[in-house]
Amino acid sequence: MFSKFDVIETIDMVEKEHLDIRTVTMGISLLSCIRGSAKETAQAVYDRVMKKAKHLVPTAEQLSLEYGIPIVNKRVSVTPVSLITAAFPEDSALVGHALDRAAKELGIDFLGGYSALVHKGTADYEEVFLKSIPEVLSSTERLCSSVNVGSSRSGINMDAVRTMGQIFRDTAYLTRENDSLGCAKLVVFCNAVEDNPFMAGAFHGTGEADTVINVGISGPGVVSHALKFVPDADLTDAAETIKRTAFKITRAGQLIAREASKRLNARFGIVDLSLAPTPARGDSVARILEELGLEVVGCHGTTAALAMLNDAVKKGGVMASSRVGGLSGAFIPVSEDIGMIESAEAGKISLDKLEAMTCVCSVGLDMIAIPGDTPASTISAIIADEAAIGMINNKTTAVRIIPAYGKQVGEMVSFGGLLGRAPVMPVHTGSAEKFVSRGGLIPAPIHSFKN
Amino acid sequence: MRAVVTVTGNDRRGIIAKVSGFLYERNINIEDISQTILGEQFAMIMMVDTSESKENFVSLATALEEMGREIGMSVRIQHEDIFNAMHNI
Repeated sequence: MFSKFDVIETIDMVEKEHLDIRTVTMGISLLSCIRGSAKETAQAVYDRVMKKAKHLVPTAEQLSLEYGIPIVNKRVSVTPVSLITAAFPEDSALVGHALDRAAKELGIDFLGGYSALVHKGTADYEEVFLKSIPEVLSSTERLCSSVNVGSSRSGINMDAVRTMGQIFRDTAYLTRENDSLGCAKLVVFCNAVEDNPFMAGAFHGTGEADTVINVGISGPGVVSHALKFVPDADLTDAAETIKRTAFKITRAGQLIAREASKRLNARFGIVDLSLAPTPARGDSVARILEELGLEVVGCHGTTAALAMLNDAVKKGGVMASSRVGGLSGAFIPVSEDIGMIESAEAGKISLDKLEAMTCVCSVGLDMIAIPGDTPASTISAIIADEAAIGMINNKTTAVRIIPAYGKQVGEMVSFGGLLGRAPVMPVHTGSAEKFVSRGGLIPAPIHSFKN
Repeated sequence: MRAVVTVTGNDRRGIIAKVSGFLYERNINIEDISQTILGEQFAMIMMVDTSESKENFVSLATALEEMGREIGMSVRIQHEDIFNAMHNI
């Protein structure tokens, strides 16, 4: 039984501390939609998504009302489209557009899975598919794309890394009227996971069941609020406070995931334990780190504080949910976190510090704007560095970077809504052109040979 | 189904009468009721059973919220499982 104080605590978490369920994401397999032509396949894909996810939005809204917890996003992830269009890769865009149309009609905010998994090598059809990404992202609204270029088991496909540098540039150019918004819907992974509910990197892995529900929790505001009550605690006790709070937040996610999967006749996939910030005040991961005693996020000590936070969130969350998965860790996107935005604007956080932080948290260089004239090879080199961190440390890393067309350091890009705004940050100007143009595969690390 | 009704806001006369009257009209049984003052805020928490009520939960929640606005209080109803989940192991 719960007490009246428990009731008040939950209500305060929602009303004052931005507790919400960040996303209920339905993963749908598209493997059964492959037909003899691109046109027929696109129609089959559209029909299947419309049928499977028909009740997603109303069900999530109903759950939100019944339990009194806001569910911010309702999303769909699908089988990597490059697999569905392998026989006619030059017409992949038809499937992309069909998915975008379904997303709009279903009233979901993002649909992920315009993706390719090329971590060990790029097949001919995947080469063609990758080239379609800029055009497709600039002509769709809600479709998200991801590409896995490396893994701890296979190494890093540097040919794909080289291609992706140019693809970021091309996407930025084609969406230049909107501050290169297309790049916010594109992410490059090392060690991508098959059950991620968060965008832009969600796709439905081929090892998954037919239809699953994955839930992403949130609640950085709740954690930061809980820490305010223990201002003088040592870091052991602070970690304990974070753990307890993460437990409660995750239990809410677990309840919603279980109910949503039951009502939508889908498998309960996973609860993703990531603390996901928004640009709203009081909903920031950076502020948690500052609550722990850092003057500003990005100063020395940030990596240690983030490591502790990330670990404590997992320890609390793992006990609260029967199935944990996805990315599960703290997100540190620059444009989507008011603490990060302010630190970047004041020049207190650098790309190098962000890279160090990605060694200890769940994702990578996320929603970072860089000068529009950054050479493609430099972007590829940034991707390679990040992928190397993931490969060597057996973790997921990612790059979602915006080479803001026509913009220089100090200018802003602004996307609005949950995607927020970001100042253009400087990159190192030394060239990695020769290194990147070598191509090939960076071999898998020695510790990948575990069999 | 068992649910929790919470009423928060500045204390004033007739809150319990108004809320319990609303629940009575809809055949909702109040099983437990407690009040507390948090800072300057009045908070009332009711455990209720909605199984005899014919009204669906969504319209009930909307009507309660509307009634809350009329009396200048914040009124919600939530399935009890959210509190069980978050506060019990």
